[in-house]
Order: sequence, then structure tokens, then C-alpha cells
Amino acid sequence: MAFKQITSPHAHAAQNTTKVMQLVLWATLPGLAALCIQFGWGNLINVVLAVVTSVICEAAIIKLRKRPMAFYLRDYSAVVTAVLLGLALPPLAPWWVVVVGSMFSIIIAKQLYGGLGYNPFNPAMVGYVVLLISFPIQMTTWITPLALLPEGVSHPSLVESLGIVFSGYSPADGVTGATPLDSFKHSSGLVVDQIYQSDPLFSQAMFAGVGWEWVNLGFLAGGIVLLATGIFTWHGPVAMLAAIAVMSVIFWDGGSSQSPGSPLMHLFSGASMMGAFFILTDPVSSAVSNRGRLIYGALIGVLVYIIRAWGNYPDAVAFAVLLANFAAPFIDNYTLPRTYGHTDRRRATEREEDA
Amino acid sequence: MTKTWVTPGGVHPPENKHQSLTLPIGALPIPEKLLVPLNQHIGAPANACVKVGQKVLKGQRIADATGAVSVPMHAPTSGTISAIEDRPIAHSSGMSAPCIEITSDGKDSWIEHEGIADFEHSNPEVLTKIIADAGIAGMGGAGFPSAIKLSPGHTRPIDTLIVNATECEPYITADDSAIRERAAEIIEGIGILSHILGNPSNILIGIEDNKPEAIAALQPHVADSGISVVSFPTKYPSGGEKQLIYILTGKELPSGTLPADVGMVCINIGTTYAIKRAVVNGEPLISRVTTMTGNACGINRNYETLIGTPVSHMLAHSEFNEAACSRLVMGGPMMGFSLTSADVPVVKTTNCILAPTYSEIPEDEPAQACIRCGMCAEACPASLLPQQLFWYSQAEDHDRLEAHNLFDCIECGACSYVCPSNIPLVQHYRHSKGEILKAREEKVKSDHARGRFEFHQQRMEQAEKDKEAKRAARREAAEKAKASAATSTGEGSAADIIAAAQARAAAKKVSPEQQKAKFERSIAGAEMRVQMATEKLAEAAAEQSDEQKNILTAALDGAKQKLEQAQARLADHIEQHQELDSEQVK
Repeated sequence: MAFKQITSPHAHAAQNTTKVMQLVLWATLPGLAALCIQFGWGNLINVVLAVVTSVICEAAIIKLRKRPMAFYLRDYSAVVTAVLLGLALPPLAPWWVVVVGSMFSIIIAKQLYGGLGYNPFNPAMVGYVVLLISFPIQMTTWITPLALLPEGVSHPSLVESLGIVFSGYSPADGVTGATPLDSFKHSSGLVVDQIYQSDPLFSQAMFAGVGWEWVNLGFLAGGIVLLATGIFTWHGPVAMLAAIAVMSVIFWDGGSSQSPGSPLMHLFSGASMMGAFFILTDPVSSAVSNRGRLIYGALIGVLVYIIRAWGNYPDAVAFAVLLANFAAPFIDNYTLPRTYGHTDRRRATEREEDA
Repeated sequence: MTKTWVTPGGVHPPENKHQSLTLPIGALPIPEKLLVPLNQHIGAPANACVKVGQKVLKGQRIADATGAVSVPMHAPTSGTISAIEDRPIAHSSGMSAPCIEITSDGKDSWIEHEGIADFEHSNPEVLTKIIADAGIAGMGGAGFPSAIKLSPGHTRPIDTLIVNATECEPYITADDSAIRERAAEIIEGIGILSHILGNPSNILIGIEDNKPEAIAALQPHVADSGISVVSFPTKYPSGGEKQLIYILTGKELPSGTLPADVGMVCINIGTTYAIKRAVVNGEPLISRVTTMTGNACGINRNYETLIGTPVSHMLAHSEFNEAACSRLVMGGPMMGFSLTSADVPVVKTTNCILAPTYSEIPEDEPAQACIRCGMCAEACPASLLPQQLFWYSQAEDHDRLEAHNLFDCIECGACSYVCPSNIPLVQHYRHSKGEILKAREEKVKSDHARGRFEFHQQRMEQAEKDKEAKRAARREAAEKAKASAATSTGEGSAADIIAAAQARAAAKKVSPEQQKAKFERSIAGAEMRVQMATEKLAEAAAEQSDEQKNILTAALDGAKQKLEQAQARLADHIEQHQELDSEQVK
């Protein structure tokens, strides 16, 4: 009788990376649905375009690297990157914006660094920032939320949307508009109450900004599902949201004309929830330990707030995440957990001689 | 209820313990041939003390312990020693090692043995000796010789005795079933341990709460005994020594120390049974409870298995279906190692033979990329960062691995168990540990070589300096002599030199009287030797063999010859001097 020699442990939990990625994809659905309801078909088209481009790019690079194609495509990581990018891009952005962003994400930010697991920066955010810097007009044109569309105007239908995306037709008047964060950025000189009264984005909102609060609630719901299934720990997301909340409380300034906005507005506007649960939780480019992820998340939250309040861009999740990606190895160095039987935590770069 | 503490991490794999608990502990027919490896424990292998062809009785010692950390081996049944040679043994590498093969005579007849009924009145050292002589080594897995754990020489008194009945590995029920059926004897074994250790104040039996029957079986026997049965929530790997100590006491074993250093002794519950049998019944460790389980076997149950029983013999009596079996594991599914052949024997540490089907434990999926998801860090009971260790293991970055406390990894496999990318993490750690140990050894060697080389350099330099100094001194002396020669008169000095040389020669000469005395001394010595040799020969003549006589005769002849030579030299000497004297007279 001869048997195979196999290393322990022999038992394995049923979880695998493909399933993890698929679960992340499912969890984006509430956010995607909210985007589509509030802003039309744009994001769905973005997502489909990005997925197709990304998978083709991934396959091409895997082929160039002479790796087994099916094995690597099956991990769904390219699809996740593509979906996140598609969700982040403005609806009805021209097709080439989505394609360029997806190509950059997959080819440059992911595969050139060695593929899944080796990229130091979040690929979707690299793609997003490249687009934001290269094509500022296309990247800052947002759609008016459903509730604020002028009388008799509706979001373009799917066919019209495809026409806009692929042929460059302009959407009808009143379909494009500012986001809550834009509105705050460009309303200097007004106290918060005045902005809230004058801008229907706020005056007609439940608690943050029309449309956007739903989108953020959608991503929050998806994020809670992922948290509950143990795909990631609470440390990063909670630290980021807490940091944003704390910063916006500290600098609330009584709602004066200098105030960058209320905590609720910041938590439920822009990419706050999507960033907290879907972007900074990318484990590859984040800090590794729980303690490290607390610091990493808080750093992102602080950076998001600083750039939103005093920077040139209305939203800042992409920039904040990339800056924190840079800091991750440094954070890791000082945040090793205390191992059983040791009195203190060690530094990752500690050598025996220092001990 | 006794307070327990909660360890970080851990996993909850399917327990799969019920399959092997439906039947009581059974016995297998005695196999035709048993194979007893000489090294079943941590430490030096035992040394065979029997010969091929020798008949042995059950329980007879067949191999002696060698050195301080070692245990002897005993014949598991009566029969004939049929081979002492290298055979494949149960080892993760599939290697061969020295074994004693016994061909059973089927009678299973015991050697005479006797135990001590009232161990309370025995000296602990005597009891420890019995345990050592019974060949008892930790039966939980590591196989550390038990007597050493109990020996005095601890840095501090033992105040806590922890009996490990956790059995946290899935599938294994050897301890569970032994407790159910043998609770009284197990508690008696714990009593022996307690007596040896000077009655420690805390005696704790740690057991997971998934064994209610075993807990119930222990309860009546521990009443008023000072032993507490402490149950705690089931979680793998609570049975790791370090984890169990923390769960039961809230104390951590400092990295690199042994439980004895913090006043604890931790012993497997199966071992306590073996200790009872050794002390009270006088039986050495020749069998143990082993779980035979897995769906590739029709019969799942525990057997009282003779040490040395080939695994194939167990399988043959368990309705084993080889075609359905995905792998053969000795131990549990988390830390057990796969066997490449079923011919290897059961040893003292074999708590389980697992023969799963493909649907139970499928073939491993190929590993995907590590996405640093951190599930491994959440599962690690030692609070390590397995994903970082994996990273640095691949990069062979030894400094980083040590900074991340690689050597505190207990290889429990919880990280690999949860890894969604199916990375054989533990294998990477084992490899890196081996590499680091090798590098350390090499460093010691190279440091030693460097030290030697540097010392050699230094010595050569010193020798060169010394030579140079001597040369300089000589040169100086020569110059001085030249200078003084130049100032004094030439003739006088030449005469002086000759006179000095003559004086030196005279001093070297020995006076004839001294010479004579020397010769006389050597004659006396030679005479003595001749006399002794003669006596010896006379003594030997009666009893010793011819060969001996020849040797002695030769020695006597030699001594006689030497005596004659010495006498001849003395005669010569006397003659010469008489001549000289007469000449002088003339």
C-alpha cells in the first residue's frame, strides 16, 4: 500500500479566495442599486465596461506572463477591481474614461507589480486618481439625483445612456449637477444653515444629501454583511468613519461660514461608506495587523477630511487611500501584535542584536 | 465553576469524534510480526539489548535507554526476535530507522512483574525510576520522557500539576474513551504524580466541554481528592501545552521556557494511565489506546493497541477500503502527518490513525496568491502574523522572521486551515525554522573558525616579533663583543677562550666512581626484575595455559639478558679504570 505524502493540516475550512471575492461583489449590489436608482444607468454601464476591459487586460497579461489563464482569472480579483472602479466613476462618463482607468488599474497598478497580492497600491484607486488628474472635466460631471430633476426631465433611458457614453451626446439640461461636497466647497461665505436652506440637495434631504445618503446607506449595508461574514475585521472601517466624525466635530465651528460641514454630511456623502467598507478593506495594500489597521483607517479618515475641508478636491477617498498605502509598511513596522509568551510587542525590523 | 481564560484565535473544525465513540475500546488480534522502533520519543534512541533469534517474553526489556534523555523499549508480546535493522517508521519524512522485529509466538506470555500497591509510602525517586524503566514517554504527541518531567532539579517547586485531557484535534477520541472506561486508574496515576511532585497545591484536569461523558466519569473519583476537573469551551488548539496553561491559570509560559520554570508540570492524561500501570501493576508501556477512524474504514473505534503493531494490521481489521482513502494520517487532521506506507508501526505517541475518504478530506487545491486578508492572524493562537511570516519565509528574510517571532509558532495549522488561498503556511514555517537553525549552526561554526584563524594570525605575528627581538639582541651582543675585542689585546683573549673550553669539557665528564655507582644500580634493578619474573612464572606454571607460560618465560629470558649486559658493562668499566689507575701509579 502506498499513500500520498501531504503536509498538515489535512483539514481545511470551506472558504476560498474566489468565494471571498464573489462575496465582495454581492455586497456591492445595494450600493450599485442605490446609484442606479438615484443617478440612472450610468454606473451600471461603467461597471460592465470596466469588467470587460479589466478581464481582457488581466487575461492578456497572464498570457504574456505564461501563467495558467483559467486559474488566475478564476480568482475574480480583476472583476472586483473593475466593479469598484465602475462604482466610483461618475455616471455617464465617456467610455474611454472607463476603459483607460480600467487598463491603468489592471496593467500598471496590479499586474506590473506582480499581480494579485503584490500590488502596494489599491488598483482601483490608482486608476481613479489617474483619471481625475488627466480628465478633470469628465471626472467631475455628476448627475442630478432623481428627486431633484427639473419638472418633465428624467434620467436618460438605457439606450440614451449608451448613446451618451459611446457617442458623446450631451445629456439633457438639468440632468447634470453638483454633489453635496461640491456644493459645500463652492459656497464659501455662507453659514451652514444658509447653505442648507438655499441648496435643495440639503433642504430636501433626510439627513445628509439627496441621493447620496441612499448611496452611502447602500454601501453601509453591504459593508455590514461583509463584516458579519468575517471577510474583514471592523478595525479599518470603524477607525476611518470615527476619524471623519471626530474631525468634523472638532472643526464644525458652530456651523459658521468657515465650517466644512456636519459629521452626518461627511459620513454620508461622497465615497465615505464605499471607501470605508470596500476600498480601505482591500487587504493587499493595507496595514496587516488589527492595531495597524486601526491606525491605517484613522489616517485615511483624517486625510479624507483634510482634503475635503481645505484641499482642492471636493472628495478625497482615493487620494487618502493611496497616501495611506504608502504609509502601510511603516505602520506595520510598529504594530506587530504581542506574541504569546512575550512581554512586549516587537518591531518588524528588529534584529537579534537590538533585542 | 473554576474560572478559565480565553486564548486568542483558534478555529472550530468539524469535530468528527462521534464515529469512533460508538464502540468501547477494543482489542486487535496479536499481529504475526511487531516492529518496535528504537526511537519513539524525544531524545537519544534506545540501544538494543537482545540478539536476533533470542526468545523474549511480553514486557521483557529489549532495548536500554542511552543517556539522560531516553527511554527503554519492551517486548509488546512474547516471541522471537527476528530482526534488528532499519525499517520505515512513522515519520513525516517517511524515513527508515533502527527497529526490533518480534515474531509473535501467539502465547502472549508475560515476564514476571510486580507493582507497588502502596505507592504513598514509596520514595518519589524510586517511583520516578520505575516510570523511567517502564519506558514511559509523553503519549500526547511529543513523546518527551516522562520521568524527566518528574525529576528533581526544578528551578522552583512545582505548585501546579496540569493533566491535559483536552484532545482538541478533530476525530481523535483515544483520551476520551480511556477516561470513560478507566477513570479510576487515571486518577490513581494522577495521585502517583502528585506524590512524586510533593503534592502540588493545584491539580487540574483540563478537558473541553465536548466530552460530557468523560467529565462525568471523572467526577466521582475526584471528590475530596484535591483534583479539579476544569472544562472549557471547545476550540482548536486548546490542547497545546502553552494554550492549556493559559486557559487554566491565566499565565503565559514565557517564550523559550518550560512549564517547570514557572512551577508547573503538564502531562497528558493517557500518560497518567500508563504511569499507574507501571507503578501499581509493574507493567512497562507496551500498549496504548489508538483511535482508528475515517470513512475509508468500515469500523471506527478505539483499540488497545500493542506498540509495534503495523498500521496495515489495524486497517486489515477495520474493513479498510484503500481505493476510497484519500490519504493515511497518523495523528489528527490538524497536526498529524501523512504516512506513505501502511507497514509502519504504531508507536508510543500514536493516538490516532485517520483514513479519510476523498469527500471527507479532499485533495489539496493548488495555492492561490496570498491577499493578506488576515484570516490567519485572526486564527493564530499565539498572536502571530502568519501572513507576514509567509511573506518573509518566501523571501528567506531570517531577521524579519525572527522579529515576527517565528519560533513561537506551535505549528497547530489553524492558519492554514482558514487560509482562503489554500497556502500550506505551516510547511513554509517548518522550512524556515529549519533554515534558520541551520544558519545559526553554521554561524557558530564559522565564528569558531574565524576565532581560530585570528588566534593563529596573532600567534604567528607574536612568533615573528619574538624572533626579530632575539635577532636584534644577538646583533647587539655581537656588536658589543666586537667593540670590546677591539679595545682589549688579541693574544690574551685567545688563551682565555681555550681555557674556558677546557673547563667546560672537564665539567661534563663524570667521575669513574659515579659511573660505577650508576652501573651497580642498573644491575640491582635487573636482578629484581629477573626475580619477579621467575616468581610469576612459578606461580603461573600451575594454573595458566601454555600460551601464558610462553609469554612469561620470554619475559624472564629478556630480564636475564638485560642483567647479563649490565654486569658485562660494569666489568668493562672496572677493568678500564684499573688499567688507568695502574698506569697512573707507574
